[in-house]
Amino acid sequence: MKRAVITGLGLVTPLASGVEPTWRRILAGESGAGRIEKFDASEMACQIAAEVPRADGYAGGAALVEAGEPEAAFNPDDWVEPREQRRMDDFIVYAVAAAQMAFDDSGVSLKTDEERERAGVMIGSGIGGLPGIEKESLNLAQNGPRRVSPFFITGRLINLASGQVSIRLGLKGPNHAVVTACSSGAHAIGDAARMIMLGDADVMLAGGTEAAISPIGVAGFSACKALTTRFNDRPKLASRPYDRDRDGFLIGEGAGIVVVEEYERAKARGAKIYGEVVGYGLSGDAYHITAPAEDGDGGFRAMRMALERAGLKPDDIDYVNAHGTSTPKGDEIELRAVERLFGKAAEGLVMSSTKSSIGHLLGAAGAVEAIFCLLAMRDNIAPPTINLDNPSVDTPINLAPNKPVEKRIDAVLSNSFGFGGTNACLVMRRADG
Amino acid sequence: MSDLAERVKKIVVEHLDVDPAKVEPKASFIDDLGADSLDIVELVMAFEEEFDVEIPDDAAETIQTVGDAINFITEQKK
Repeated sequence: MKRAVITGLGLVTPLASGVEPTWRRILAGESGAGRIEKFDASEMACQIAAEVPRADGYAGGAALVEAGEPEAAFNPDDWVEPREQRRMDDFIVYAVAAAQMAFDDSGVSLKTDEERERAGVMIGSGIGGLPGIEKESLNLAQNGPRRVSPFFITGRLINLASGQVSIRLGLKGPNHAVVTACSSGAHAIGDAARMIMLGDADVMLAGGTEAAISPIGVAGFSACKALTTRFNDRPKLASRPYDRDRDGFLIGEGAGIVVVEEYERAKARGAKIYGEVVGYGLSGDAYHITAPAEDGDGGFRAMRMALERAGLKPDDIDYVNAHGTSTPKGDEIELRAVERLFGKAAEGLVMSSTKSSIGHLLGAAGAVEAIFCLLAMRDNIAPPTINLDNPSVDTPINLAPNKPVEKRIDAVLSNSFGFGGTNACLVMRRADG
Repeated sequence: MSDLAERVKKIVVEHLDVDPAKVEPKASFIDDLGADSLDIVELVMAFEEEFDVEIPDDAAETIQTVGDAINFITEQKK
C-alpha cells in the first residue's frame, strides 16, 4: 500500500477565514460564538451560534477589520462570483474557499491531463443546503412551482461541494462525497487517504463543510434537545465541554479541507508535509439515533481500530482532539472510552475539545479538527478547552483547561461521532518521525 | 431604449453579471453573454416576475436574444 500525507490546509471557521488567523485565535482561547445574526432567533429556545465572521462586518467581521486583519473576515467575493453565490448555499461557498486555500498552500500543480485525472475530491457535509431548501420551500408554498429556481437542486446537493471544487480546480479524478452527520469530515479524510493508499488517485482534496444555521436547522436541533439553551445572554460561555454547567452543543458553520497526497509524489516535489494519515477507524453504535451508547463502545472500537491500523500504542499518542460537543452525556462517555483504551497512558495524555472555541461545525467538524491536530503537531502545542472552569469529571487526562499546553507532539488522534451512531477516528503522525 | 427595454437590460445585467455595454438588442444570451440553458430559465422567471406576464416554455425557447425578450414582453403587455 502507498502512503498518504497531508500537504495543504484550508479553513473557514467562526473564528476567521484562513488557517493561521483561526489557529492564532484558537491558541489565544477566543470564542467565535455570538447571538445569531443570520435571522431573527428571538422565538428560538437557542438564540446563539458560531457564525463565520464576514467582510461586510457581520458576525464579528467588523471586529476583525478593526483589529487590522480585514483578510481574516470571510469575503465570499474573493472565492465565488456574486452571480454564482446566489445560486448555491453557503456550505458550497465555504468548501470552494477552503479547497482553494488548501490547494494554494500545497503548491500542487497539475499540468497534464494525466495529472488532473489522478487528482480527485472527497468533501462531506452533514446536511448540505438546508437554508436554501427552507427558503425555496416557502417560495414554492407562496408563489407556486413556476417560481422555483432552476439552480435550486444544484445549489443544495451535498456532492455539489465536491462538484464545484472539481470544476473550479480542474480535478478529473474520483469525485465523491460523504454524508455521515458529524463524522462526515473525518470520514472524508480517512476515505480519501485510502484512495491514495490503494492507488485510485495521487492527490485528493478532502474534508467537510457545513452551513445549516437557519430557522429550520436551529429549530430542528433544538427540538431533539441537542443545543445549548441556558447561555443565550452569554454566548461565548455556551460551549463548555466537560464543565459541570454544559447544557448542549453550540451550532457552528464553516469548512475544513486538506490536500491528501501520495507520499512519494509529495517528497519528490519537495512539498511541506504536515503529517501522514496512518490510522483510520470506523464503527457503528447500533444503539440509538442521537444518544451514544452508554458504555462508549462505538467510539472505543473506532479508536482501537485506528491505532491498530497505525501500528501505534496508546502511549505513542501525544494529543487527542476530542469529539467533545459540550452535551451533558456525550462528553463523559467519550472521556471514559479514551481512559479505557489508553489505560496507564491516560496519565499525562493531553486531550482537548476545540468545539469550546468554534462550536460544533457538524459535517465540517472532523476535518477542521484534523487540521487543528496537524497544526498542534507542527507547532508542538495542544489547543485549549476553553470555558472549562469546573470539570464535572475526575480524570487523569489533561483536558487543557483554558490554556494551550506546550509539549512535543509527534502523533495525534481525532475523534468524530455522528447521529445514527456513526464513529470515525483518524490517527496522524509526523511523516519524518 | 424604451423604459421596458431598459428594465429588461437591467435584469440581464444583474442575472448574468455582464458589462451593460454588451447588452444590446441583437446580443445572444448564449453566444454573446455567456449564459447556459439554466441561466435562461432563470432569466425568463425574472422577466415574468418583473413584468407580471406568463412566458410558456415553448415561447421561452424562442427567446434567444435581448431583442427577442423585449419584443415578446412588449407584445404581451399590449
